[in-house]
Amino acid sequence: MCLGIPGRIMEVHDTQGLPMGVVDFGGVRREVCLAYVADQVRVGDYAIVHVGFAIAKVDEEEAKRTFDILREMSQLDELKWMEGLAS
Amino acid sequence: MKYLSEYRDPKVARGLLAEIKRTVTRRWVLMEVCGGQTHTIVKQGLDELLGDAVEMVHGPGCPVCVTPLEQIDKALALASRPDVIFTSFGDMLRVPGSDCDLLAVRARGGSVRIVYSPLDALELARKNPDKEVVFFAVGFETTAPANAMAVWRAKELGVKNFSVLVSHVTVPPAMVALLDAPDNRVQGFLAAGHVCTIMGWTEYEPIAAKYKVPIVVTGFEPLDILEGMLLAVHQLEEGRHEVENQYVRSVRRDGNQPAQDLVSQVFELVDRNWRGIGPIPRSGLGVRPEFAEFDAERRFALAGIRTTEPAVCRAGDVLRGVLKPFDCPAFGTECTPEHPLGAPMVSSEGACAAYYNYGRFRSAV
Repeated sequence: MCLGIPGRIMEVHDTQGLPMGVVDFGGVRREVCLAYVADQVRVGDYAIVHVGFAIAKVDEEEAKRTFDILREMSQLDELKWMEGLAS
Repeated sequence: MKYLSEYRDPKVARGLLAEIKRTVTRRWVLMEVCGGQTHTIVKQGLDELLGDAVEMVHGPGCPVCVTPLEQIDKALALASRPDVIFTSFGDMLRVPGSDCDLLAVRARGGSVRIVYSPLDALELARKNPDKEVVFFAVGFETTAPANAMAVWRAKELGVKNFSVLVSHVTVPPAMVALLDAPDNRVQGFLAAGHVCTIMGWTEYEPIAAKYKVPIVVTGFEPLDILEGMLLAVHQLEEGRHEVENQYVRSVRRDGNQPAQDLVSQVFELVDRNWRGIGPIPRSGLGVRPEFAEFDAERRFALAGIRTTEPAVCRAGDVLRGVLKPFDCPAFGTECTPEHPLGAPMVSSEGACAAYYNYGRFRSAV
């Protein structure tokens, strides 16, 4: 359950005072809270996201490599929840 | 060696395995703390490939597995109430309580909804002001910042019909409890990468020093785990016991400070019962009194719950690393992922489910 999934920050906005953004995970997009990395990330950056919260910034190469490996390891449970749920 | 060909980088994996075997002069016992790492180790057959060099003992780092039965039973009681929409991460729905699981409550008409993020549960509360929305806040340090934010936001936005049933646990006290146990065999740890992304590793330094155990912060990929093992056995062979960081791509010594700050504003350390392991002092997080109105246990009368575990299930011994899953008499017969008796058979991160799914029905060594 502690696995985070890397994704690309496509949009950054403020929702009633909370830093939020849209993150793309291999084609699946969803709203993510950026409060814990707000001073580090900009649109186009990659971050590790866990249950809807970005917890660390990562570089692009690392993000893409990790995403592919997680897919191969069948450890993209969080993404399955995301796809299966209306956000 | 059948699994090695499946690696993206079989050459590097083979090199690391050879170096581990070259380094050791005896068999060492390491524990991987995190259930995600257990999944990788068993799926890739890393433990089998290591042969006599290293024995991997699987740790308690699966939140689904260690959430105590009384909290599951409280979740079932809340989800059964007609005025409640009960929300949870997807993997808690099939965890057996004393007499059923959340899926069964839903089948009987209870409102049980899977959410991806705790903020989705808060949003559900804002859209359903005539209902009480309860979120099942489980997990380790990685998940705590998300759950803390949901409570913080509920207060900030004045959402009155939202609360959390908390069963948060923290890693370091569990490691200490395992090391203090008289039957402990663990000589070194692979610490969980994303837990340390949040917390850093300073908490582990006194543990490594006091118990003289190497602790290596390790990622989740096969090569990460092999590298973590190699760093640990180097330390053991050289008589060192330090905290090292294999997962430099994501973990810094001090972790994520804003996340730690919000967690400590919303939650406080409490004693917590771990399913299969028992009570561990100051090993959990509970809602601080300032946020008491968002604590489901204070909001709803949940006393008087009496729990019963199935007698045949040996999940506790598996979680403490005393038994391997196939040593349990129910494993693969009475207890399967379709009909789990114990929580480690439910989650893909649970040791029993990993052994079952990857065909580990007996010892390979």
